[in-house]
Amino acid sequence: MARSAVVSTSLGVGLATGLYGVSFGALSVAAGLDVWQTQVLSLLMFSGGSQFAFIGIIAASGLGSVAVGAAVVSAWLLGIRNGFYAVRMAPILQRVGLQKLIPALLTIDESTAVATAQVNPSEQRKGFWLTGLAVFVFWNLATLLGAFLGDAIGDPGTWGLDAAAAAAFLGLIWPRLKERQSLAVAAFSMVIAVVLTPLLPAGVPVLVAGGVAIVFGISNWLAVRPK
Amino acid sequence: MNLDIWTGILLASAAVYSWKIIGFLLPSSVLNKPVVSRSAALLTVALLSALLGIQGFTSDTQFTLDARLPALAVGAILLWLRAPFIVMVAAAAATAALIRLLLG
Repeated sequence: MARSAVVSTSLGVGLATGLYGVSFGALSVAAGLDVWQTQVLSLLMFSGGSQFAFIGIIAASGLGSVAVGAAVVSAWLLGIRNGFYAVRMAPILQRVGLQKLIPALLTIDESTAVATAQVNPSEQRKGFWLTGLAVFVFWNLATLLGAFLGDAIGDPGTWGLDAAAAAAFLGLIWPRLKERQSLAVAAFSMVIAVVLTPLLPAGVPVLVAGGVAIVFGISNWLAVRPK
Repeated sequence: MNLDIWTGILLASAAVYSWKIIGFLLPSSVLNKPVVSRSAALLTVALLSALLGIQGFTSDTQFTLDARLPALAVGAILLWLRAPFIVMVAAAAATAALIRLLLG
């Protein structure tokens, strides 16, 4: 890809991804967090799936210790894919020691995707840094805007923000439903979580569903066998 | 033990960051095993689906079907049509808001 193409791809991805930070900001405030708490999540956690999970559990379960604990564990487990991205980025970025701290924060779906789509190593590094920084800046600005909007509009249900939160999860799952096994895990997890919600402490059903995934992962049940 | 929201936010942020830094420090052979990468991918699907179930179909810990269902149907159609994330989320919100406005 040409020099200018990496720049425009990175900025385009940053802007598009950043935009839905508006929905994160608004939903977080609707879930009961204040503007500062919402902004700190975008600054320090900086991983969309984990952030939506954290506020989703708070929205459904409140601010009790069990709910907050489940929110922490869910956000943590949803961050696992970033570890796999970091494994792919480490040899490309070739950072040593403390130089790894900042690129680690910027290691997310988008920066890894743009970097690994490039051919030569210098373009890969440029794609990673530009996309990571662009998403970081736009995501945080959009979060702030969304949080103020969410604060201003009052009852979240009237504006369909509860439906927006559900739709955000649907949008995050959608690209991951490529074959039978992931579809089965998705359906099973959703049903288990809904069925267990009246029976277990708030937030815990989500973690039980995570256990189901590990069983599927280890047994490789319902996988499409290679021909 | 009382776990307040600020502690939770900082703890969760550190926990999410820990995966990223572990990935930079670990030899790639550890995370490149098929069973590990497959379980991690399925774990992501499972947690997000469970959250979709709870956010979409429960109210006060009870199973509930309301304006969120048609909102999600609209969202699914837009995803199928490859609409951008923000457009899909906004359309779902508008659908639920409109239904509530019309049906009181």
